Amino acid sequence: MIADVPEIHISQVQVPPGPATTGDRPAATTHPVEDSAIRKFLLARGNSAIADRGFHVLMVLCALTIFGIVVLIASEMVVRSKLAWAKFGFDFFFKSFIDPYSKQHMYWDPVNGHFSALPFLYGTLVTSFLALLLAVPLAIGVAVFLTEMCPKVLRGPLAFITELLAAIPSVIYGLWAVFVLVPLLRERLNPFLIATLGWTGFFGDDNPTGLGFLAGGIILAIMILPIVSSLTREVMTAVPISQREAVLALGATRWEMIRVGVLRNARIGIVGAIILGLGRALGETMAVTMVIGNSPEIHQSLLANGSSMASVIANEFAEASGDLHLSALMEIGLALFVVTIIVNAFARLLVWAVTRGAPAQVH
Amino acid sequence: MGNEHKLRAKIRTVSDAAATGLAVLSTFLVVAPLVAIFIYLIYKGASSISLAFFTDVPKPVGEPGGGMANAIIGSAILLGVGSAIGVPIGISGGIFLAEFGRGTKLANAVRFTADVLNGVPSIVMGIAVYSLIVVPQGHFSAFSGGVALGIMMIPTVCRTTEEMLLMVPNAVREAALALGVPNWRSVLSITVKTASPGIITGCMLAFARVAGETAPLIFTAFGNVGWSERLDEPISALPLQIYVYALSPYDEWHRLAWAGSLVLIVLIVLAVSLVRYVTSRGVLKGAS
Repeated sequence: MIADVPEIHISQVQVPPGPATTGDRPAATTHPVEDSAIRKFLLARGNSAIADRGFHVLMVLCALTIFGIVVLIASEMVVRSKLAWAKFGFDFFFKSFIDPYSKQHMYWDPVNGHFSALPFLYGTLVTSFLALLLAVPLAIGVAVFLTEMCPKVLRGPLAFITELLAAIPSVIYGLWAVFVLVPLLRERLNPFLIATLGWTGFFGDDNPTGLGFLAGGIILAIMILPIVSSLTREVMTAVPISQREAVLALGATRWEMIRVGVLRNARIGIVGAIILGLGRALGETMAVTMVIGNSPEIHQSLLANGSSMASVIANEFAEASGDLHLSALMEIGLALFVVTIIVNAFARLLVWAVTRGAPAQVH
Repeated sequence: MGNEHKLRAKIRTVSDAAATGLAVLSTFLVVAPLVAIFIYLIYKGASSISLAFFTDVPKPVGEPGGGMANAIIGSAILLGVGSAIGVPIGISGGIFLAEFGRGTKLANAVRFTADVLNGVPSIVMGIAVYSLIVVPQGHFSAFSGGVALGIMMIPTVCRTTEEMLLMVPNAVREAALALGVPNWRSVLSITVKTASPGIITGCMLAFARVAGETAPLIFTAFGNVGWSERLDEPISALPLQIYVYALSPYDEWHRLAWAGSLVLIVLIVLAVSLVRYVTSRGVLKGAS
């Protein structure tokens, strides 16, 4: 690796011998008196091989730091979660336990040292899928509008607005949710849902606060919309124009052109974008913590209080009541880490599979 | 037969119009919450912001007034430490990917790891830095918070640097090397310099992203109700303070939370608009 550097150096110098020398000579002879800055520089320096090699090594080291950080994070979390892993094993993620006094299912009891991550898994999955359910149709609609229908004047500003939506910090979404969304749910949407869809069992009326899974899902949906729609747009733009023209030439309407010519060709990439949105939703912390209600329970009702993997860490980590509690929280964090890596890697692969064939952009 | 044909044509026209309508509607539904959040934020923030917000530290519960001067200086310190860690490592990583490692297995692995790091939830970063730095040190500190933010900046800086360097035409590199400029000098003063507007853009994006991060700071910088500018003490930060105040039961604190959000969002919007302005002008037009 290191030995390459001088070779490249030499070969680069050898490439343009003909035109470069003939072109430069006359220019050099017209100013014979004063040395050019580059010439002075070349005279002043010694052999650059050591500096070059050093620079190369330094850059490699910095790149390896990125490796090191990920390995360090992973190993640290594995070590710190050992205690909980040794005590509960796989049951940590799948089993509840029976409280000896009340004879009821319990999941999370820091006082008596019983820990099960099941309600947090449930909360994370429910809020994330709720978010996808709400966000994906909207995101695809926006992407279709922006790439295929939008007048050029509007395209820039609308894309900018969706970009801004992505830049708003999650704590501000949370603040807005606490003071606007939750009261709205409490007074308008929840009573309506309970009255019309209460019979399904998904909308029970035992939580008058307005907090809960639904509030978490809605705020997550707003937060993942920009990334899903901008990636979908990217994938749709990568579909060659000829596909669109071919479908239009067959007499298709615009919608048929979009459906057959664009969406069908881009579907793998769109799935990738959705999964990437899922990855974002799984790990999102602050906004969800502020509106989900934070109780370690499993309810069928979407209006009930719950807790997600990220929210329980945010809430309890700073005041964990002992080594086992800390270790259990660490294990939840490790699970989150592993799951988001898998989800993200999968999504990147899908997006990459579609966009790699796209014609290179001309800059 | 003719009738059926007409019907089909009608269905097609109607479904085309319906799809157009749905796309417009969904765009509206996406833009509406943003505008709602924005207007509400400006309305609430502007009505509660005052000079004291920038100059005072928080007053005890119940007393009116007070500000977030400690959180503003805290955020500045944390972001300073974060940038000092994230920017050099990120840029060097990007230089490696674009200039030295093109097409090698090591570069692919580094690129993938950077993407992985980008996807790590910020709360996980928080507990990892907690156990790496806070536990050995024995106390919460501004330094550990800065490290957490710095690590989160690396992937964004690294990947944008790489992309920007790849846009620099090869002829520029060859010209430098042909003049006998050593490789390291050519990379630093020619290639990186040519791409520098784009690289700065990447750094600002990363900066804007971590400026609003709360989750990695809860267990590292921890927060501080008083004034602190020391790296080895717990320190406050704007997002952290907003989080604490938003969940408090006091109206006075809610007011401060809105004002803090307005300040934060103005900073971030400025950064993002600047980035957009720079990129829309065509970063490398002069070079190619």
